[in-house]
Formats: sequence, structure tokens, C-alpha cells
Amino acid sequence: MASSHRISRRDFAKFVTAALSTIMGAAMGIPVIAYLIDPALKVQSSEAWIPLGPLDGFPEGTPKSFSFTRSNINGWEKTVNSYGGFIVKKSDSDILALSNRCTHLSCSVNWSEEDNAYTCPCHEAYFDMDGGVLDGPPPHALDHFETKVEEGDLYILFPAVPSHGG
Amino acid sequence: MFKNIYAWLDERLGFDDLYKGLLDRPEPHGNWWNTLGSASLFLFVMQGVTGIFLTVYYTPSPDHAYDSIQYIMNGVAFGWLIRGIHHWGASLMVLVVFIHMLRTFFSASYKYPRELTWIVGSLLFLLTLGMGFTGYLLPFNQRAYWATVVATNIGGVVPGAGPFILRALRGGTDVSALTLSRFFSAHIWMLPAALAALIGVHLYLIMRHGESAYPDADD
Repeated sequence: MASSHRISRRDFAKFVTAALSTIMGAAMGIPVIAYLIDPALKVQSSEAWIPLGPLDGFPEGTPKSFSFTRSNINGWEKTVNSYGGFIVKKSDSDILALSNRCTHLSCSVNWSEEDNAYTCPCHEAYFDMDGGVLDGPPPHALDHFETKVEEGDLYILFPAVPSHGG
Repeated sequence: MFKNIYAWLDERLGFDDLYKGLLDRPEPHGNWWNTLGSASLFLFVMQGVTGIFLTVYYTPSPDHAYDSIQYIMNGVAFGWLIRGIHHWGASLMVLVVFIHMLRTFFSASYKYPRELTWIVGSLLFLLTLGMGFTGYLLPFNQRAYWATVVATNIGGVVPGAGPFILRALRGGTDVSALTLSRFFSAHIWMLPAALAALIGVHLYLIMRHGESAYPDADD
């Protein structure tokens, strides 16, 4: 069986063709897979500290509204969304930042001085000053933002997080 | 094991008969110029595959066409590679198809009984140019826009039917969103379908007649 170590010209050509095809297939296949799944691999962190100005500008004991916008880029499309809420300052160390988005169907709630409550214009929901549900269809309390004070300026952490209870 | 699986499949599908009937035929002379038809076919398939992948992100609208291509080039992993292959492959395909045509002409391979192969091949060349023409507009940058303005104007000077041809190409009097979407449709559906069908006819005729021998001094 001396010839068993020899490889015929035809087998050599077959082997080289198969090997080159495999390398080329991998060289093209891997970039193609990366190309297709690329957007799934990019997780955008939307967290950001939003400055709301000097803490002294917010009155004690009554909610004061604020609003800001955030832009979001998906591929080549940029969308700008508006957000808002209320700062409830009881003292310089006891600050609550509530989202104004009703937990029922996401309408914007307004502070009503005469009801002493946030009221939702859509389905007659009422929330107390700290965001707890007083009346109406909402399943739970208004969401809130984390807050921090740096050099006299108030910051909130976007996005809002659910409040428990209420 | 693999031989048994192959034998089972072959008994039902007839691979070996297909191979013998379609591919295992003698070459007249070993000649690299005779490989240009296969090269054209390979480029067609490659353009098809990379084109399909480009449609994952490309958007044929004046508002988004340019931005979506910027995203492919800069935002998506290997987007530059997929588009680069499609871009250069397009030029290469026109070149290879044209040289293939020249080879056929100079080796007199278009003569009896292969006249139909030549005619279908000529249509394939025109369709290839059509692919280049419609694909050139799709990036929707300044060069693409004005190239299409000029090229459709050329259609507009045809005696008599010119103004109608111009409006039919542009989908109206101006190069607009309608032009972009109809060029896109032609580029990814109509022309490739026609190309694929005629390539089928072309290949059938080649298998039927075999490859032509080169004329020698006596011919």
C-alpha cells in the first residue's frame, strides 16, 4: 500500500476547493451575521441626570411643575419626547420628584389647588400630593425620579421609576 | 454512513444524473476567457445576496435614503463591507459581462446554432446596464440625483415619444420621491426577475449546444 500516502491530483484539487470554499464562507458568513444582529447588540443607556436649576427656586409645601425633553436615536431616526412632573419640596432635605404621567393610561396629570390633588383629565383620577392614588382607575401611585442636590442645584435621574404602594 | 445517506437521497433526487447531464461535459480547450460567463453568474448571485442584505437597512424614501446609507456605512457592523461589495461588484459585473460579450464576438461563438444564446445574452447585457442605471439613484446624494436628471433627459430627446418616456422614467415631470421608489422597485424586483429568467434560458441553451470550439486556421 505504498500508494496510500500519495494523493491524486483530482483529490488534491477537491480538497483545496473545499478548504478555500470553507474559508471564504466563514469570511463572508461571520460579517453577514454580525451585520444582521448588530442593532440587537447595541443597548442604549437612556439614564441621565437632568438639571432642574437652583433648589431655592422651588417653593416649600406646594408642588411645582417642571418639564424637559429627551432625544432618542434609532438608526438614522431621531425622535424627541417631552417629559414632565412635579417637585414636592417639604424641606431642603425632603424632596420628591413625581412624574406627571398617569399610571392608568399615561395622560398628563395637573396639580389642582382646590382639590389639593393631582387630577387626570382623561378618566377623573386623583392622586395626593405624594403621588398616592386617591380615587379613579389608576392601578398604583405616580412614578417618581431619583433626586440629588449638587452645589445648590436640583437634579433628577431619568427615567422615572415606579413608586410602590398607593 | 454519509455514503448511505447520499445514496438514499440520490436514488430519489437524481444528483448524479443531473451532474452528468448538466455539468460533466467536455471543455473544448482550456481557456481562461471561457470562464467569464461563470464569473458573470457568480457576480449576479453575489449582487443578489449583498443587495438582499442591504434592504435590511436601506429605505427608498427621499427623507431617509441618504441617512439610511450613512447608517449602513458608519453605524452597522460590517455595513461598509456589504455595501462596498455591492458597489464595486456592480461595476465589475458590467465589465465582466461586457468582456464576456467581446470574447463571444471575437471567437465567433454567436454563429449557428447559438444565435439565440447571443440574442438572450445581449438582452442580459442591457438588463445589467439597467441594474447599474437604477441602482445609481438609490444613494440619493447629489451625484445620484443629477446623474438621474441627465440620464432621464437623454430618454426625453427621443423623437415624438421623448416627453412621454421622460415622464414614464421619472414617474412625473421631476426626479422625485416617485422616481426613487420606482427605480428601487425596478432595481430589486423587476430587473432581477427578468435577469434570473433570461439567465435560465441562457444556461439552458449553453447546456443544449455545449461550448463552442475556437475557430482554427481552416475556418
